[in-house]
Amino acid sequence: MDIFLQLISSGFLVGGIYALIALGFVLIYKATNIINFATGEFMMIGAYIFYSLMVYLELSPFVGFPLVIVCAALLGALVERLILRHMLGQPNISIIMVTIGLSSILLGLAEMIWGSSFRSFPPLFPRKPIILGEIVLRSNLFYGFVMAMVVVAVFLIVFKYAKVGVAMRATANDQVAAFSMGINVKTMFTISWAFGAIAASLGGIIIGNIGGVQPTLGHIGLKIFPIVILGGLDSIIGAVIGGFIVGIVENLAGGYLDPYFYGGVKDLAPFIVLLFILFIKPYGLFGTKEIERL
Amino acid sequence: MYIGDFKETYASDQAVFVNTTSRFWLGVLFVLLAVFPFVVGDYLLFMANLIGITIIGAVGLNILTGCAGQISLGHAAFIGVGGYTAAILSSRFNMPFLLCLPLSGCMSAAFGIIVGGPSLRLKGMYLCIATLSAQLILEFVFVHWESMTGGIRGINISPPQIFGVVLDNDFKFYFLTVTLVIICVTAARNLFRTRVGRAFIAIRDRDISAELMGISLLRYKTYAFAVSSFMAGLSGCLWVNFLKTVTPEHFPLLESVRYLAMIIVGGMGSILGSIFGAVFMTVVPEGIKSILGLLVSVFPNAMSFLFPLQQVIFGLLIVIFLVFEPHGLAEIWRRIKNYFHLWPFDH
Repeated sequence: MDIFLQLISSGFLVGGIYALIALGFVLIYKATNIINFATGEFMMIGAYIFYSLMVYLELSPFVGFPLVIVCAALLGALVERLILRHMLGQPNISIIMVTIGLSSILLGLAEMIWGSSFRSFPPLFPRKPIILGEIVLRSNLFYGFVMAMVVVAVFLIVFKYAKVGVAMRATANDQVAAFSMGINVKTMFTISWAFGAIAASLGGIIIGNIGGVQPTLGHIGLKIFPIVILGGLDSIIGAVIGGFIVGIVENLAGGYLDPYFYGGVKDLAPFIVLLFILFIKPYGLFGTKEIERL
Repeated sequence: MYIGDFKETYASDQAVFVNTTSRFWLGVLFVLLAVFPFVVGDYLLFMANLIGITIIGAVGLNILTGCAGQISLGHAAFIGVGGYTAAILSSRFNMPFLLCLPLSGCMSAAFGIIVGGPSLRLKGMYLCIATLSAQLILEFVFVHWESMTGGIRGINISPPQIFGVVLDNDFKFYFLTVTLVIICVTAARNLFRTRVGRAFIAIRDRDISAELMGISLLRYKTYAFAVSSFMAGLSGCLWVNFLKTVTPEHFPLLESVRYLAMIIVGGMGSILGSIFGAVFMTVVPEGIKSILGLLVSVFPNAMSFLFPLQQVIFGLLIVIFLVFEPHGLAEIWRRIKNYFHLWPFDH
């Protein structure tokens, strides 16, 4: 029972961090209908920039975070402006492939700049593990979770109340109507990419703080797909719930099944769950069923 | 000189060879292919074999993705299924190569049907992610089902034997590869003159309209997955017989992405495009490698940039082609051909 509670609780914490990364994906998908395969690479780049600011420039994290946010926003906006803008109206597969190409470029560039070796962050949070009754939580994981939740909350508030958030929701809802109400839809696309990149890179920093940074950090980005399919592609709350489910499923599978298969089940389990869900519900658990007309 | 484009019968509309000129150049190509192994060295023969094997895989994927419009991120896994089937059959049951080849194709086709079966209900993004899951699950099986696949050490096999000839070097293998490439390309080209191939295109263009016209979506989407995976299986079987070994690291997700990139760079929905793409995507990394090899004398650590540089160029190629030349190399080829049609009386 102890192990079960332990697995569930750390799965829950990891899930919160996944939720933040999935948010980075959903923000872009919701506004622009683009499936961003490069979300994982945005994470990785964010983590590397933060690492460089902390280690090479020896800045304090309180300066580092805003700087990373600015850099990520620039990166996201630049990508949208330079590449995705040209892809408006192209078939789905082309857009998917462009983002895959983008992820390959970012991965290669990161490896050229920072090398392929493994680096770990200087300590950001107090080292002492958090002990709740019989459960022991790693401090990096716990504080990372708290940070992720704060960022998610900020995004939700911006989306709900700020003018730019309302405009983004309007664009996602109906582009033509939003356009006729004086919202600059193209600017909204750019802003969505900037927001998506910010969410992803903050998630990257948190993950990097737990497990260290290396170019393959972005592979965690693949986990976004089970999360968003579980939660529904265009639902922000769904992404958060999906994040928690995937975190817990993954930890349980890792804890109970990995010993029998010599590892690897942990990363695979979410995808098996995903396949079952797709067999039963082709549009995911909370996704809107697309109605097609000729 | 060939001018204009007028056709009076359906037969001439569907003809593969439009006129004698194209037959002539095809003949020249066959002669070159036959002479090629006798004049080049081992390295080029090795590359030619790799390209040939890749072409078969790329043609398979192009039928599924380019022509039938079903995105698959699991193509490398299907190639892997074919490869492992061939390796297991030949190492455990000592089956002759000529029996292994169709059997591994059929095995892959069976897996393709299992994965593609639900594609009637899944569309676009959702199908893409389902095939991604299939890729990851199959990769896991390759690594972890050690009693069957040999785990990460893989399986070693002896060189294939056809009619008593042991294909133990690149030169002999070349003829097998070329024969199979020609068979597959011809089959694929002719597929689109039949009801099935035209049904694929109708489904790609608009699946609902296709269904209204009486095309059974379930049946034809399953066909598309089966044909595509069958070719993937052939490609996998050739691949392991060529390298005489099979390990899980030959079939990662990145390989699936590379195949998708091939058909995009080459031209989606075009058989010729698959060939161009396969050649291009095999030759370019080698080119980068040799350029960096030259630079090593000037910058001693140039080789450490090889992998990341390949990644960057690979990504750039995909992005540049999609943004500037969405129909790929096949379209560029068509433009060049058209330019010379009326040359020098071009207007």
